[in-house]
Amino acid sequence: MEDMYHMDRAMNGLQDIKIKATDVNVYYGDMHAIKDVSVEIEDKTVTAFIGPSGCGKSTFLRCINRMNDTIDICRVIGDIRIDGEDIYDPKVDPVQLRAKVGMVFQKPNPFPKSIYDNVAYGPKIHGLARNKAELDEIVESSLRKAALWNEAKDRLDSPGTGLSGGQQQRLCIARAIATAPEILLMDEPCSALDPIATAQVEELIDELRQSYSVVIVTHSMQQAARVSQKTAFFHLGNLVEFDDTDKIFTNPQDPRTESYISGRIG
Amino acid sequence: MSSTFIFLIVLVLAVLGFFGTKQRALASGGGDRRTLHSLPNYYGINAALAAAVPALVVLAAWLVVQPIVVDRVIGAELPAATAEDRGARSLVLADVRRVADGLDLAVSQGVMSDGEASNLSADSNDIRERLGAVGVALGSDVDARTLRLAQDYRDYARLGAILKTIVVIAVAVIGLSIAYRMTDKDFRARNYVERAVMLLLIASASVAVLTTVGIILSLIFNTLAFFDSFPTADFFFGTRWEPSFSGRGGASDLGFLPLIWGTLFISFIALTVAVPIGLFAAIYLSEYASNTVRSIAKPMLEVLAGIPTIVYGLFALLTVGPLLLDVFGNDGILGVNWMSGGTAAMTAGLVMGIMLIPFVSSLSDDIINAVPQTMRDGSLGLGATHSETVKQVILPAALPGIVGAILLAASRAIGETMIVVLGAGAAASLSLNPFEAMTTVTAKIVAQLTGDGEFNSPETLVAFALGITLFVITLGLNVAALYIVRKYREQYE
Ligand SMILES: Nc1ncnc2c1ncn2[C@@H]1O[C@H](COP(=O)(O)OP(=O)(O)O)[C@@H](O)[C@H]1O
Ligand SMILES: [Mg+2]
Repeated sequence: MEDMYHMDRAMNGLQDIKIKATDVNVYYGDMHAIKDVSVEIEDKTVTAFIGPSGCGKSTFLRCINRMNDTIDICRVIGDIRIDGEDIYDPKVDPVQLRAKVGMVFQKPNPFPKSIYDNVAYGPKIHGLARNKAELDEIVESSLRKAALWNEAKDRLDSPGTGLSGGQQQRLCIARAIATAPEILLMDEPCSALDPIATAQVEELIDELRQSYSVVIVTHSMQQAARVSQKTAFFHLGNLVEFDDTDKIFTNPQDPRTESYISGRIG
Repeated sequence: MSSTFIFLIVLVLAVLGFFGTKQRALASGGGDRRTLHSLPNYYGINAALAAAVPALVVLAAWLVVQPIVVDRVIGAELPAATAEDRGARSLVLADVRRVADGLDLAVSQGVMSDGEASNLSADSNDIRERLGAVGVALGSDVDARTLRLAQDYRDYARLGAILKTIVVIAVAVIGLSIAYRMTDKDFRARNYVERAVMLLLIASASVAVLTTVGIILSLIFNTLAFFDSFPTADFFFGTRWEPSFSGRGGASDLGFLPLIWGTLFISFIALTVAVPIGLFAAIYLSEYASNTVRSIAKPMLEVLAGIPTIVYGLFALLTVGPLLLDVFGNDGILGVNWMSGGTAAMTAGLVMGIMLIPFVSSLSDDIINAVPQTMRDGSLGLGATHSETVKQVILPAALPGIVGAILLAASRAIGETMIVVLGAGAAASLSLNPFEAMTTVTAKIVAQLTGDGEFNSPETLVAFALGITLFVITLGLNVAALYIVRKYREQYE
């Protein structure tokens, strides 16, 4: 156990910086939702965002795939780079960006289509498959990576909305994986799931770390401790503390972090 | 005593009952309202209801039943030959009532004394002239029998009025005194009032339901009467609509097919206009428009829905028809000569389509808005553009609801009358040319019933057969639409 932990640490030490945010401010109209946040998120790592409700975790997460562009009143100021490229540069097409930065939402939201079509949706839109055989392959490998293949392979034509909650969330993860993203953003992906489904999704997140940089917003500190290597603590729009997960939970530097993890702010 | 006056007396009794009973309840509790089972007002309301409701029900029933009974009694005095023939009987009775009303009027204006009116004899007086003097015009001279029946009629009516006054007031007093007697501090007045409120609500609901049932029954019976005198197969499968009114003589062709063809053709044109425009407008408003645009555009579209259809009809007749004629008509811009007059299926269809746009768009807008935001986020988050999201996720998700909206619009189109009467022409034809005059089921119902044909020939009764067929079609569409829309709602709840 100790050894694995040290290996993890060692590996993390070698990771490249995938996302680099500098002095990011977000406003909803006059409301200042994110204040001067700078953070460096590593590749092939699970990074957890924790903090009390309304502190801006989702808002910051949505900056990374420019989903905030779809909200009229939202303004994002600052610099966010993925692999050194400024994603708010006018040359960048947010639609293309979102294929590269997949997102999984709080409530499972499969489209009212078949399981197959749900997964094939992204690849079809982006023309990732040259023929049906390739598309089948993408669908199968995405479902396998999302640990849903065994349950779904015999019912690919039945509607995605007919799956159980946990299966639906894994379908949404498969759907996001299918566009071959480099980063996966997850906004409280387990908050609508029961404990068993949660455990399955958490296990899946741990596996996804092999191939993707994963950023997960969570309400549950246990979950952050279980799945993440890095943890960022947000409070009232500020990034209070960002460090290795075990350090945040065992030896927080900031008194606000301490109060939060010991349950005094919440 | 007049019914209005009786009504007022009952109301006064109810008000007196309210205060009296309230007082009695308080007294029975020794002046302390906390010892009463219910609030004092409940005792009062209970008594007021007991006084007014049964009495007013009796009054209403009396007003309905008395004329029927008097007609029966008078009818029994008619010679057997007249009494057998329904038409002749109703004519004579109508005459009798008219003379009786005339006499009443004459008496009330002081032209005749009451005794004189009861003892007039047809030989000695020119009744027609004397009633004409007070403003009652009669079609022919009054014969002795009619006059005598009219005098009987007045006697019975007067007797009825006296009985009515006695019975209604008695019922009110009895109701009131029962409620008054029952009132003491343990009487559960509140529960009785609760029951009365429920009965009131049930009664209101029944009015709506019973009226519908009544309308349907009347449609059915009259339709059966029509099929007694006209062959069913000729109606449903006849391809010619040429009613001849009794004046012109000869048998009528009352074929249903050209009418339903016109209805469906014009509705189809209307939906071809309304569905794409309405749907695209809804997509723009719900998905693309900013809040400001939406807050202006949506009410404007809804104004379109508030325009009376007769105005659309004028618009069809005076603007769209001539415009189309300028393009497709004889000396038109295209020089094609497809159209020979301004009224045509196309004219009515286009205008009806415009009328239906707000209908389709506001229903579809609601339905598109009901598609959860998470669905849009999911699609946008995968890198889909806005229009890809609309086309591939939102419309499929909203499709059942949109189909429901279209079916509702179709049933509106099928039932529409004024636009067709003014815009489509009057000739029933089984043509494929949209620039030809056509007519619809509804327009022909209007045509058959306006004018003064007798109301028992196939030419007029056919209106009921047309009406019920139309009713069945639109009912079917509405049921299908509601079913689909409900099914769709369940999906997201
Ligand atoms: N679409 C929006 N419009 C206006 N204000 C918003 C919107 N989304 C979030 N906010 C506000 O921004 C702040 C941060 O919200 P959010 O990022 O959702 O918090 P968290 O995910 O940490 O609970 C909150 O105060 C919230 O009210
Ligand atoms: Mg959130």
